[in-house]
Amino acid sequence: MADTATAAANGGGNPASDGPAPVAEAIGISKRFGATVALRDARITIAPGESHALVGRNGAGKSTLVSILTGLRHADTGTLRFNGELAPAVGDIDAWRSKVACVYQKSTIIQDLTVAENLFLNRQSDGSMRPIRWKKLRGRAEELLAEYGVDVDAAARAKDLTVEQRQFVEIARALSFGARFIILDEPTAKLDARGINRLFDKLRDLQRQGVAFLFISHHLQEVYDLCTTVTVYRDAAHILTAPVAELGHQALVEAMTGETTVTTAATVENRAPVRADSPELLTVEGLTLPGACQDLSLSVRAGEVVGLAGATASGNVRVGEAVAGLHRVDEGTISVRGRRVRGGSVPSALAVGVGLVPEDRHLQGLVNNRSVAENATLTVTDQLGPYGTVLPSRTRAFAQRMIRDLDIKTPGGATPVSALSGGNQQKVVVARALATDPHVLVAIRPTNGVDVKSKEFLLRRIRQIADGGKAALIVSDELDDLKVCDRLVVMFHGRAVAEFDRGWKDEHVVAAMEGVADRAGTSDTTSHTPSDTAEEHGR
Amino acid sequence: MSATTDVTDPAASVARETAGDTRRGLDLGRFRELSLVPAILVLGLIGFIVSPAFLTADNLIGVAQQSTELSLLVLATALILICGRMDLSLESTIGVAPVIAVWLVLPTSGARFTGLGLLPEWTAVPLCLLVGVVIGAVNGFLILKLRLNGFIVTLGMLTMLRGLQVALSEGQSIVELPSSFTYLGKASWLGVPAAIWICVVLFALGGSALAWLRHGRALYAIGGNAEAARTAGIRVDRIVWAVLILGSVLAAFAGILYSGHYGSISATQGSGWIFQVFAATVIGGVSLNGGKGSIFGALTGVLTLQLVVNVMTLAGVPPLWNQFLNGAIIIVALIISRFASGEKQE
Repeated sequence: MADTATAAANGGGNPASDGPAPVAEAIGISKRFGATVALRDARITIAPGESHALVGRNGAGKSTLVSILTGLRHADTGTLRFNGELAPAVGDIDAWRSKVACVYQKSTIIQDLTVAENLFLNRQSDGSMRPIRWKKLRGRAEELLAEYGVDVDAAARAKDLTVEQRQFVEIARALSFGARFIILDEPTAKLDARGINRLFDKLRDLQRQGVAFLFISHHLQEVYDLCTTVTVYRDAAHILTAPVAELGHQALVEAMTGETTVTTAATVENRAPVRADSPELLTVEGLTLPGACQDLSLSVRAGEVVGLAGATASGNVRVGEAVAGLHRVDEGTISVRGRRVRGGSVPSALAVGVGLVPEDRHLQGLVNNRSVAENATLTVTDQLGPYGTVLPSRTRAFAQRMIRDLDIKTPGGATPVSALSGGNQQKVVVARALATDPHVLVAIRPTNGVDVKSKEFLLRRIRQIADGGKAALIVSDELDDLKVCDRLVVMFHGRAVAEFDRGWKDEHVVAAMEGVADRAGTSDTTSHTPSDTAEEHGR
Repeated sequence: MSATTDVTDPAASVARETAGDTRRGLDLGRFRELSLVPAILVLGLIGFIVSPAFLTADNLIGVAQQSTELSLLVLATALILICGRMDLSLESTIGVAPVIAVWLVLPTSGARFTGLGLLPEWTAVPLCLLVGVVIGAVNGFLILKLRLNGFIVTLGMLTMLRGLQVALSEGQSIVELPSSFTYLGKASWLGVPAAIWICVVLFALGGSALAWLRHGRALYAIGGNAEAARTAGIRVDRIVWAVLILGSVLAAFAGILYSGHYGSISATQGSGWIFQVFAATVIGGVSLNGGKGSIFGALTGVLTLQLVVNVMTLAGVPPLWNQFLNGAIIIVALIISRFASGEKQE
């Protein structure tokens, strides 16, 4: 590992001249999409048999790097080498697959085909005109699965497998092309703790067979458990490469978050604390949602903004959506001012006074080709005219008020919402959530993909709503979103693992979100989940 | 550590349950494509009860002969649907391809319908198939290269080709056909119409290709998850294009059989068939969303529909009720196959 250390010293740039060529080496990679720079002069070097972690916050450029490393996209500039040779041409899929295998974030298993067929898709027989011999194919599949110790029935249909089994099948398939370098793009995102353990055992086995990994994860603890070297990207650029053992949690989180060292939640700093006797508007008790969260309790008082923080797979988004009535509740209750929200019923949630700003405005928020006015009034059509009619004049008036109120930059209420900028579209979504005059506003990633000014405005507006005696719940993994909160609840793998009162440090929040909360421990940390992974891996 | 055991135990039991589901789901899956066979047997029984004429070789061969043209379109539609596409224009291809072919070969004078006489008469059949290739290729170009919506493109093509046929044939039926053109529809081999033999062979070929050829399996992969198929190295666009062309060729071939069978090309040949074709394909278990179904299942779909018509005719149901019963039977068949296969159709 000596040369890993030297490589780290000069930033992981050049391969050691005497050692074997790195399995993959990217230098000076840049890539832009229109006006956004996805990667700026980025680099990474993966040595044979190494397990290399790539970490960074959303938008750091990890996914773009993966698509370039796997030959799905051209880099604008830079060179890419595998085992010292230049990368094959983009589009030559077979050539790429013999160099690099990838288990994508999105499953590439075809649900209606059997495991055996998925494993040998497009190479079920020796020649394209040769008939497929199904028995032999199943035999080959069983052999392949056995070789990598995957306990799955080769004749089962892929849709009947568990997420974990499907992932193993994908890994086995990826390796069966002969590549000794495999990229795992957030492989643990959909697995539970036991599944993750089994995955890691498998990966360690493979590593002993000489396979090198590039492991991408949002959970830093996994990086410490599995990897020897870590590379950090931030804002589309390479920040550092270092041996994991030499890099403390603190340093790693700092490298990811940048120079934001002591910025406490400035927006709420000099604000009087929420009075303890103000009524609880939102109460969630013992909430269990299948596959998302277990036994979660939280409450939001009038005048309070609470942040529900958590990384992508933590389940926080599902909890927010459940409060708004989008999901059926397994156990536990959600109530607003003492009135229960019927699980899975949006009208019930609206009736008790929940407003939702959904996660993805394109999928769940807006009817794109309809007007601003129509979109903004979608939740209140019953107030726009007698006997179920929707009067255009009232719609216009209502929309005008919303446009003024939220400072939506639009030529008029009749403009199609797709013509607005991202920030203004988001304002329309917020307008819709506020149209019902809710007691509780649930905002999921409210500043997702909006410009800085709109971001500030939206967050200030949410703050104002709370100051007006309402309650707000911000569900997000963006530190900026959480800055307006009075209190934070951090979720990790479906459980609340930490709570922070005002004056938290960003590092501690990120650490809790990434599942290394026990290091941070500012306040009453109730960490169950990280402990069981941690103990079993014997950090 | 108590928290951990709490978590792990249910997880393990869930895993065991899903393993059980796997086995059960598989058994059902294996017989999914047979789900209409009981329905066909019941229809046979009803037919036997209502009329002694039903279970005679003549009647059954008649049903089969009448199914041939429709079944070729169903074969084409099944292939196209499995790879996740649609082609409505097939029902016009069945009429326009023969018209164009005979228009090119028939002499310029001496008959009611005057052609161009450009090519010798024996080329009528290959020309007809060639027209099918061209139509499929154009559809593919519009859908795959220009990325137009396949449903609307082929709907437009349906109307356009029907119009072309009417314009070329001046709205008349064409009765003076080259003998090579009518041979396949008329001939009888070993006492059974040639069209039936040909259909059986084509279905067997199609079914085998989907079951045992890599490119056939690729259709399922493309229909199931096109992105995954692409990452597996399948040339998605090329294969879909080939399937669209193949579909149109099958439709053109169905046109040859139909024209031969009735000895003329009628101006409305194939008009309105596409609904029956889709109905037969879907009740045969092929998913409209792609990636699911089999050629054999599609065949049982056609046979079911044709048997229903035949049994109703034999039972003396007034022909005015045919349309109503046809629609009703499609819905009933859908319900049957929904519960026989145990899968949502969506």
